[in-house]
Amino acid sequence: MNRIQKLFREPKEKLIPFLTAGYPKLESTVELVCAAAESGADMVEIGIPFSDPQADGPVIQKSSQQALDNGMTLNKIFEQVIQIRKRTDVPISLMGYYNPILKMGHETFLNRCVSVGVNGVILPDLPLEEATPFCELAKAKGVSPILLVAPNSPNERIKKISGLAGDLIYAVSILGITGNNLASKDALADYLNRVRANSVTPFVVGFGISSRDDVVWFNKHSDGAVVGSSIIKNMVGKSDPVNATELLIKILKGNI
Amino acid sequence: MKNKFKDYNLPDARGHFEKFGGKFVPETLIPALEELERYYDEAKTDNAFQQELNHLLKHYSGRKTALYFADRISKELGFNVWLKREDLNHTGAHKINNALGQILLANRMGKKRIIAETGAGQHGVATATVAARFGLECIVYIGKEDIRRQKLNVFRMNLLGAEVRPVSSGSMTLKDATNEAIRDWVTNVESTYYLIGSTVGPHPYPMLVRDFQSVIGIETKQQFANQSNRELPDRLVACIGGGSNAMGLFYPFLKDDVKIVGVEAAGKGLESGEHAATLTKGDFGVLHGAASTLLQNEDGQVTLPHSISAGLDYPGIGPEHSYLNESGRVKYFSATDEEALDAFQWLSEKEGILPALESAHALAYLRQENNGIEPDEHVVVCLSGRGDKDVHTVADALGINL
Ligand SMILES: Cc1ncc(COP(=O)(O)O)c(C=O)c1O
Repeated sequence: MNRIQKLFREPKEKLIPFLTAGYPKLESTVELVCAAAESGADMVEIGIPFSDPQADGPVIQKSSQQALDNGMTLNKIFEQVIQIRKRTDVPISLMGYYNPILKMGHETFLNRCVSVGVNGVILPDLPLEEATPFCELAKAKGVSPILLVAPNSPNERIKKISGLAGDLIYAVSILGITGNNLASKDALADYLNRVRANSVTPFVVGFGISSRDDVVWFNKHSDGAVVGSSIIKNMVGKSDPVNATELLIKILKGNI
Repeated sequence: MKNKFKDYNLPDARGHFEKFGGKFVPETLIPALEELERYYDEAKTDNAFQQELNHLLKHYSGRKTALYFADRISKELGFNVWLKREDLNHTGAHKINNALGQILLANRMGKKRIIAETGAGQHGVATATVAARFGLECIVYIGKEDIRRQKLNVFRMNLLGAEVRPVSSGSMTLKDATNEAIRDWVTNVESTYYLIGSTVGPHPYPMLVRDFQSVIGIETKQQFANQSNRELPDRLVACIGGGSNAMGLFYPFLKDDVKIVGVEAAGKGLESGEHAATLTKGDFGVLHGAASTLLQNEDGQVTLPHSISAGLDYPGIGPEHSYLNESGRVKYFSATDEEALDAFQWLSEKEGILPALESAHALAYLRQENNGIEPDEHVVVCLSGRGDKDVHTVADALGINL
């Protein structure tokens, strides 16, 4: 059983911060991920920066560009995860666009995931139609492919997507990109109940989640809350981004 | 090879041209793409739809466009050059063929808000034009760098009532405008129709843009047979940005015994690192919703293209071109900024036609030494657009202050 599978057996509140690898500095990510884990993060998503992040709003776009300017690459991320794994057992998922992974090759990419201790992969531009080869190989190697569903995904499709994913899916909270505002709680609750009824796996929710109240609410309606843009935004202009991130995660977790 | 294309019917049901094409998009867009496929399937076989489209192509855009035998350059070159005059369309380029087809689809789908990306501004102008004609809201994304290069077209879009949104991410050109249009579409997917300007993007766009542009090749075939005393031309030539004017000319000839050549932008030279010669220099990758060929570095990051012509300044290419390249059916060449500028002036002086800088790349190929063209061949060149929009760029390059 990998760390993600283990985590989602436990019926507890889950907070999953997103951190762009190589932001704000090339070497920031090791400290940030370890600090996040110590401050209460239940799992961490590490964003692979990409030149053309189509599903991201301005905050993550900018962090991604900064990370690339800093020299971040997929190979460096794997090296940093080796460092991270010396210090924490927190489940780690990589999140990124498909092209850098395609370029590295599914096999090489997934072998590296296994050898450094990455437990899951989220690829927002690899929908059900194209995802089978990657997902089957990932599952065979014990890495959880975390496919996405959206508010306009029909019930049958949610079933199929979660079936292919196998361990966990990611419900995008809104029709939109990262950092957008949330829809009304009523509409959200209907949607998340629909995911609950149709998904054969646990599911986390992300996009637009920013406060402690959100984290509590989404954990009632799903199996975990992903916080991205507001974690990144919170680092902008801070002299000590690690400290700032620790503080925010404690707040989001209700520990302060 | 001829046989392989006798029954050519790609893309397959999943939108693949063998390993190219497909749908690599966020989940949110999948229902929208499926809806579009359904409506397009219906429209294809609906006489009323086809009649309305043909009526608009004829009476609004002024088709059919001339197939013009370019006498003076033919004499100079020693072979016969025919120009398919897409520059004579309403709004000055082939882009209107596709814009008219897609706006009718948008109407059928009941979408009231139209978005588009543009590089040279020709597709933006064509979209703003058809949106005005049908009374629909129109937003056009264009890179800041292209706003500078294509001031005239930006003003035209404003006059046509479109909102032009400058894009300042990345290279601030066509690829970034496309990213921004996709983000808008993801956010407003229920109200909005994304009117893509070339044979790129997720399925079904490469197929439907090709189909709407095929009027270029269908007319050319008839006109050539009527105007020459031969059945078919020996060779077709078109410039390649995303590949829509080229697919439009090529597609009706794929099964015929005709040589076909696409011309990419070699910018400052293939070895300079500053070019947009995707098939010549790129490799397999996924961008803007499709698997195709891509200019990218060893980490799979998309690299910045360069071309003097905004419409060719794109690091990707339509998936069908990647397939036609790999299968060998179409040969791809490239022309530099300098060759295109020379060809621009050459056609202006010799034939009295100012070509778009994009089209000038196709013309430049005619003058290249190793182009393989035999004496007395009949060559059809797609003159995809007129050059008025480029006079500032050309003046700049020639060191003239307008
Ligand atoms: C006149 C003209 N020709 C060619 C192109 C390139 O596009 P495509 O390859 O889709 O024909 C453009 C694009 O803006 C254009 O304006």
